[in-house]
Amino acid sequence: MMPSTPATTTVLGPAPHRRARFAVRGLRSLGFGVAIGLLLTGAFGTPLWPNLVQSVCIATLCWFTIDLGRIPLAAWKHRHDPPGSPEAASHWPGWPLMVIALVVGTVIGFSVGNELAGLILGREMPGYLRGSWRQALALLLGSLVPGTAITYWFYSRETIAAKEAAVQTAQRQAAEHQLKLLESQLEPHMLFNTLANLRVLIGVDPARAQAMLDQLIAFLRATLAGSRAAQHPLRAEFARLADYLALMQVRMGARLQTRFELPEALAELPVPPLLLQPLVENCIKHGLEPAVAGGRIEVSAAREADELVLRVRDTGAGLAGAAAGGTEFGLVQVRDRLAALYGARASLRLTDAAGAEGGALATIRLPIANP
Amino acid sequence: MNATALIAEDEPLLAANLQAELARLWPELTIVANVGHGAAAVERALALRPELLFLDIRMPGMTGLEAAQALAEDWPDDAALPLIVFVTAYDQYALQAFERAAFDYVLKPVQPARLAQTCARVQAALQARAAASLQAPAALDATLAQLRQLLAAPGLAATRTAPTLLSVIQASVGAAIHMVPIDEVLYFEAADKYVRVITAAREYLIRTSLRELLPQLDAQRFWQIHRGTVVRADAIATAVRDESGKVHLSLRGHADKLVASRLYAHLFKAM
Repeated sequence: MMPSTPATTTVLGPAPHRRARFAVRGLRSLGFGVAIGLLLTGAFGTPLWPNLVQSVCIATLCWFTIDLGRIPLAAWKHRHDPPGSPEAASHWPGWPLMVIALVVGTVIGFSVGNELAGLILGREMPGYLRGSWRQALALLLGSLVPGTAITYWFYSRETIAAKEAAVQTAQRQAAEHQLKLLESQLEPHMLFNTLANLRVLIGVDPARAQAMLDQLIAFLRATLAGSRAAQHPLRAEFARLADYLALMQVRMGARLQTRFELPEALAELPVPPLLLQPLVENCIKHGLEPAVAGGRIEVSAAREADELVLRVRDTGAGLAGAAAGGTEFGLVQVRDRLAALYGARASLRLTDAAGAEGGALATIRLPIANP
Repeated sequence: MNATALIAEDEPLLAANLQAELARLWPELTIVANVGHGAAAVERALALRPELLFLDIRMPGMTGLEAAQALAEDWPDDAALPLIVFVTAYDQYALQAFERAAFDYVLKPVQPARLAQTCARVQAALQARAAASLQAPAALDATLAQLRQLLAAPGLAATRTAPTLLSVIQASVGAAIHMVPIDEVLYFEAADKYVRVITAAREYLIRTSLRELLPQLDAQRFWQIHRGTVVRADAIATAVRDESGKVHLSLRGHADKLVASRLYAHLFKAM
């Protein structure tokens, strides 16, 4: 999933940033002017100084008038885009409008730059205003070609930079999400408490310690591999949850009871790996851990019409009791995965569980692929 | 040296292990109770008056820190407050807070060498206390200051600043919802899972815990004076300190008298 990124086209970012880029473009145009002046002298052997003055004046003024046209045109072009969106912040009007800005900007920029150069050099320069229309057309074409080339160069540079920034942002966000996911699954408190229990068990009950270690290994393997495999059978999903809850049972003792209900007919149905894990963790964290007496966690699968219905319930504090202190990261993550894989055909609902025992109930509905 | 201790730890295996390690390192230490949650720790500690407490931070119902606060507030004046050692598996906020407040703690899994150090420190402190006969006021003040620092530590206590402050309290009375402007509230008092809201005119009951309510109140205007009481500062008329360190408050326009615990007594000083 590609998150929307703040930079897609030219000249974005906060105002100081924009001003800096404006100045950089100005300096570059100046550089182009110098280069053209040197080129003319090299090619025709005409004196360097007048060439330099003329080409620098024309290049900078052309750039300035083109930019002056481009920015309002872009604003007009993007006037209907929502404010704050990348399109609205873009200063690229698209090629058709840009060509108009180029032609008009070049004509004005050339004329003014030409006159300015004449003033500086103290002589009359040939231009649109003097001489024949043929001469004027040649001058226009002559200055449009470098103008277009330079515009194209600016455009592609900024587009490439924006694309690179977008890719980097997307990569960073994906990595951050992955890390957060892993961190939520391998919560340090859970891990260290489990290891603390394991250390005690090694001394007092080596056989149980070994069983606990096997469960921890299976849980770690599933967690670390979970993001890579696209699907696994429901049977495997239930087995991983059983491993996790067995680990928790060593820690919580009689405060945690579990019940699994997986009809054999549904055991081979494919599901995204560890889809239910955050829901079971929520049962522990928000349902049973705050309850002094603990409670029971039930995980069940059922088929209702063409849907696979997965239910995770606890008999703990209930939604009202768990309202404070949650980040909802687990729920958001499950919803995101469902939406990415099944679109609107899957759902997750969190409700208070029915019955006298109270607690919370999470219900996931998935389409069954091949009925 | 002989001493008595209470262990509060919700994970049975870890509790048994801590007890076994203590038996090895400090055979003369008697564990008078081994409890699984914070409320039981407070109740058993008040009944049995051990000299030392091992409190797990994360426990169901009441955290180790909340238990320590309750004990500091309810501990009788004629006995010395027990020494407290916090126990935690992994909690970066807690560890930072303990370091800063110079509070003793042990990490789970318990390392015998680290626990031996803690035992030595506790023994030294108990001996110093015995030499000073009962509890020197300075030592109690130091402990209270440490606890205050822990209670104010970010991420450790439940008090986080909420994004928005409440301006009205919505209290249901029968079928009606009464909108009580926050400025009319004299004080809030925790009552089990409810909070009593007291105004000059009447009293309401809201279905929330003080722990959830507290971050939504302006801390400048509403002062916590006890783990179960939050009072509007400008509703307080007088504050009188007694010899045990508690502060008795009278209110403007209301006959109720409130008591600020030793943990919050430092708020009441002349300018």
